[in-house]
Amino acid sequence: MIKIDIHKKLKAYDSEMNLRIKCKIKKGELVTLYGESGAGKTSTLRILAGLLKPDKGEITINEVSWVDTANKIFIAPQKRNIGYVFQDYALFPNMSVLENLEFASNKGQNKKVIAELIEMMELGDLQNRKPQTLSGGQQQRVALARALVCKPNILLLDEPLAALDYKIRLKLQDYITRIHNEYALTTILISHDIGEIMKLSGRVLVLDQGKIVRQGIPGEIFSNEKISGKFKFIGEILKIEPQDVVLIVSVLIQNNVVKVIADKSEIQSLNVGDKVMVASKAFNPILYKIE
Amino acid sequence: MNWDPLLITFKLAVVTTAILLVISVPLAYWMVNTKSRSKPFIETLISMPLVLPPTVLGFYFLVAFSPGNAFGNWINEWLGLKLVFSFEGLVVASIIYSLPFMVHPIQSGLSILPHSLTEASQVMGKSKWTTLFKVLLPNCKASLLTGIVLAFAHTVGEFGVVLMIGGSIPGKTKVASIAIYDEVEAMNYGAANFYAAVLFVITFCILLMVYLINGGYLKRFWK
Repeated sequence: MIKIDIHKKLKAYDSEMNLRIKCKIKKGELVTLYGESGAGKTSTLRILAGLLKPDKGEITINEVSWVDTANKIFIAPQKRNIGYVFQDYALFPNMSVLENLEFASNKGQNKKVIAELIEMMELGDLQNRKPQTLSGGQQQRVALARALVCKPNILLLDEPLAALDYKIRLKLQDYITRIHNEYALTTILISHDIGEIMKLSGRVLVLDQGKIVRQGIPGEIFSNEKISGKFKFIGEILKIEPQDVVLIVSVLIQNNVVKVIADKSEIQSLNVGDKVMVASKAFNPILYKIE
Repeated sequence: MNWDPLLITFKLAVVTTAILLVISVPLAYWMVNTKSRSKPFIETLISMPLVLPPTVLGFYFLVAFSPGNAFGNWINEWLGLKLVFSFEGLVVASIIYSLPFMVHPIQSGLSILPHSLTEASQVMGKSKWTTLFKVLLPNCKASLLTGIVLAFAHTVGEFGVVLMIGGSIPGKTKVASIAIYDEVEAMNYGAANFYAAVLFVITFCILLMVYLINGGYLKRFWK
């Protein structure tokens, strides 16, 4: 069980922001932090890892205090034993894939776990290559494997899949689910991709201006429960263009562009870039086999 | 031909560079990571030899290290070092004189490494020293090499400081650059040419090596 109750003044871009996070995360949960850039997601993760010190507050992990500003307790990041996957992966360029993993192991630790991770993340053919010769998806797999070498209980992922293309993302989502279950981890993920959040996480915390404004099951958070549609997708508006008496709204759903007809009253509150749900009520979709 | 000035020059350069390397790595690391308010002052002090006339440094070293005053006397009595007109004095003066040439490349090499490398290593439970020696320094080898070579070459090339603090004692503190000056004064152009040519060729070769290595030409050639 992770208990977080912290406060920190952050200088975000041009303004100051008060990060005020209070939440509990159960053992074995996979939780996503969702919110706009600058909402405090990465800072929250960094505070958990000990890379950033909160001004005030407490962090307790399984009844052990990691941070307690009132009693001047601060456990160094070195002592926290967490797995952290950085946005830029932070693989060490001077070491091969295997050396990266070996460096992450503790002194006297059984090397079996490294072999196991190489097998699981399918890195066998890559283990003697240097990180800069790998593709983004391969680097990401190495970063994930490396974060798990020290057998952490908590895995922190800072937008791990943001820089990858759609197909590889789907594959890596499967890897994340697999390691999360296999190693009985408590995982905290930062993601902007609603589809990804729906697929991976059991709970989502929505951050805005440094505070958790909503939390719940992703399906409830991202879709409007009042619609009883059986057929709904979440996407982003790319274009709104008038055509005769109606408007054509182009919506990006995952990597497909879908055109939806709307009338003026419907799009009043919609702008390009908005996240929307495309839903339909009584309707019988046709399924075509494509492969 | 008297080889002494050349031998002294290279001995001085090797000793100075070795000591500088030991000092500069922690210093550069501190400069990159510190949030201390004293940083601009320390940075200025390190960079001063770049702009000050060497004679200014030489003069103050001479005054400071002179056994006639308290500091020089203290060094003499406590450490048994006489720093005026001695090889040890040359080393100390050269270290300060060449400090920016070693610190600046290492500092810039360290500062362009993504901060996440340090953090990743920390999260893995590694100490600052392990991180510095296993992760950071191996990833700025080019800057290290540049620092070593620049400091070496700059020490070989110094003149004003060594003349002031060393006093051009043959076989002891008379380095090649001073020997050239002395030979020219004595109209021994042949001897001057010998020292000058040796310095010219050696420094050319050293610098060429750096550019070949850092430019990756050697790797391409070997492959």
